Amino acid sequence: MLKAEQISFRYTHNGPWILRDVSLAIEAGEVVGLSAPSGRGKTTLGKILAGYLPPLTGRVSLNGAPLPKSGYCPVQLIFQHPELAINPRWRMKRVLEEAFVPSAELLRDLGIEAGWLNRWPHELSGGELQRFAVARALGPATRYVIADEMTTMLDANTQAHIWQVVLDHVRRRKLGLLVVSHDAALLGRLCTQIISLPHL
Amino acid sequence: MASVSLKRAPKRVVTFDVFNRRVRTLGMIAFSVAVLAVMMLLAQVLGVDGLQTRLDVRNQPPSWANPFGTDWLGRDMFTRTLQGLTISLRVGLIASALSAVLGLLVGLAAATLGGWVDAAITWLIDLFMSLPHMVALILIAFVFGGGVNGVIASVALTHWTGLARVIRAEVLQLKTADYVQLSARFGHSKMWIARHHLLPHLFPQFVVGLLLLFPHAILHEAGITFIGIGLSPHQPAVGVILSESMRHLSTGYWWLAVLPGLALLVMVKSFDALGENLRALLDPRTAQE
Amino acid sequence: MLSVRNLSITFAMYEAGLRRRAITPIAGLDLDVRAGELLGVIGASGSGKSLLAHAVLGILPSNASAAGQIWFKGELLTPARQEALRGKEIALIPQSVGFLDPLMRVGRQVRRAAQLSGASSPVEAQRRIFERYGLRPQDARLYPFQLSGGMARRVLVSTAAVGQASLIIADEPTPGLHPEVVAETLRHMRELADEGRAVLLITHDVGAALTVADRIAVFYAGTTVEVAPVADFQGDGAALRHPYTRALWRALPQNEFISLPGAQPTPDDLPAGCLFAPRCPLATAECRAARPELRPVRGGWARCIHVES
Repeated sequence: MLKAEQISFRYTHNGPWILRDVSLAIEAGEVVGLSAPSGRGKTTLGKILAGYLPPLTGRVSLNGAPLPKSGYCPVQLIFQHPELAINPRWRMKRVLEEAFVPSAELLRDLGIEAGWLNRWPHELSGGELQRFAVARALGPATRYVIADEMTTMLDANTQAHIWQVVLDHVRRRKLGLLVVSHDAALLGRLCTQIISLPHL
Repeated sequence: MASVSLKRAPKRVVTFDVFNRRVRTLGMIAFSVAVLAVMMLLAQVLGVDGLQTRLDVRNQPPSWANPFGTDWLGRDMFTRTLQGLTISLRVGLIASALSAVLGLLVGLAAATLGGWVDAAITWLIDLFMSLPHMVALILIAFVFGGGVNGVIASVALTHWTGLARVIRAEVLQLKTADYVQLSARFGHSKMWIARHHLLPHLFPQFVVGLLLLFPHAILHEAGITFIGIGLSPHQPAVGVILSESMRHLSTGYWWLAVLPGLALLVMVKSFDALGENLRALLDPRTAQE
Repeated sequence: MLSVRNLSITFAMYEAGLRRRAITPIAGLDLDVRAGELLGVIGASGSGKSLLAHAVLGILPSNASAAGQIWFKGELLTPARQEALRGKEIALIPQSVGFLDPLMRVGRQVRRAAQLSGASSPVEAQRRIFERYGLRPQDARLYPFQLSGGMARRVLVSTAAVGQASLIIADEPTPGLHPEVVAETLRHMRELADEGRAVLLITHDVGAALTVADRIAVFYAGTTVEVAPVADFQGDGAALRHPYTRALWRALPQNEFISLPGAQPTPDDLPAGCLFAPRCPLATAECRAARPELRPVRGGWARCIHVES
């Protein structure tokens, strides 16, 4: 279980609170939706859950233990803008295989074509780049996935496609999934449970 | 709208306008390198024969035998200028390399150590930048007792700030970039990230920074030598030539100052063009235009 | 107001050294937008939506070459005319405040836009437009970075609406915003059209476009595959003309949430025939042989040989 207990966070000492006493838990195999207006710390919470930021108070635990400080993180975050999550000076093959070598099956499911692997990031569209970001996050050691507005910038067709692949993996491998989105229809489609962040 | 006929064969190689941006950029780079190479080669080929005192050909205006004329001792000004530029180049190379390495180390230290180290370095950079360049140069050259060491020290110690600032900003921005943070979540160590994500990004910045330091180093070396606290009068550096020639300007021997000055300008501009064009080529935003 | 006829845009990209490769992100694009109409332009990223905006405004990068025709108010657009019309007759609502001058107060930027479009009193024009969009007079003194998401939208709309532009192009004006802000921005787009201006709303968000547009133009791999009245987007999508439009409609989470396999062809490797044929359930040998023409079908347009007219 991925568990956040009484998380509080602010970026600067004396700055405004971004998160205040937030708690949530995701079971393996569960799809939880997180909805809140912009500026309520959804992205910050996602970064804390995936170990990008340490919470100021409270704790994040994975099956009772804190997140590992080094090595592959079992909680992987997928960003809204794939072009920022990819080194612009690397070819796509190197980008894809930075963490592990994804199976041919996963690439086929995501519709990643062999010809794309030799390209530079700026030669691919946002929808194509996001497929690579998803492939990288679904490593063998991944247990939980945080999808922060993962398909907000994509067209409906690519959105439906990527979610089908992710949901399929979640079910088969019993991964936990947190879907951060403001699209109520999308959350309704994907999630068994929807939580929202209170206004501070 | 320009009307162009478009064929429909995929992946074709097209020759658009011949003088497109990249051809021009590469052309400028080749031209600058050629100008500098010719200067250096000529200096080697001509040797030091022209530096002999020949009182029979004193103060000759430019001619085929002496393209830059001769001075009040009958020395060939063309040879003197080229020898002077070679010395300037050597001094400039050492000074700007020292300066660039200093800038790199200081910038890296500020960005990676953070905290009070960063604050202190930023303060130091601001201090150096707010100081008038020439004053700092003269003071430092004076402290080091003038001469070659004084010139190198003063140029190196005053020119690292720009590159240090660039490197610091780049590293700070890279450290918080999504793809760098993600790399750590994939289990890569700090060293691995520095080697694979940071260094390849910083290297071109460093090379361009170094090249653009060059013209400054050479100009300032000439400058402090001109006012008499740089290289000694026994070394035929450009600054020395220019400063001596000033005394002869009023007598109508214009070529003594104008032609070496022009040569210095050509050399400085060549380096400047080299750096700027290389920068345009390495920046992904301008590389495609 | 605006007619785009068979527009193609080709870029020369460097591969290695001096070898260049041509890519064609826009290939055979057609479009019409009338005064008082809001035309939604939808498509995946890489379908050429934003490039269309740049082509109409005449701000393509120097390594691009364009073929085809763009007509504005019955006159063929030339680079010189585009420069004269830009900011006056044709205005852009950009994607983010990143397009504003970060060092200039927003009030001054709106006044400058007003001045450029020939307003007699820029100060008065800015005051009125701020009032109209619910911005307080003191907000004019803010810098772009101080604006909240909703305020930034209103300022961006103000810069385009303050003048007398008869064509307004909004390029992804609602990127990843909260539903309330999206709804407000879309309402502003509608109002601009109702004032008699032509509005081009470029977005990847089908749902957003459907709430305010009169007609929808669907782009695929740089070509217009369908132009349809919004009323046709309903139920199982049977009223739609092109198989790609139907697939987009069905892929919405509020509908069937199923996707079409495959991906849009890359602009340097376009198929010789219909650009959609590789993914099309209806494709035949005839489709793969030649590119179909855009033709009138049931009160709209479609680029497909299988649809009944």
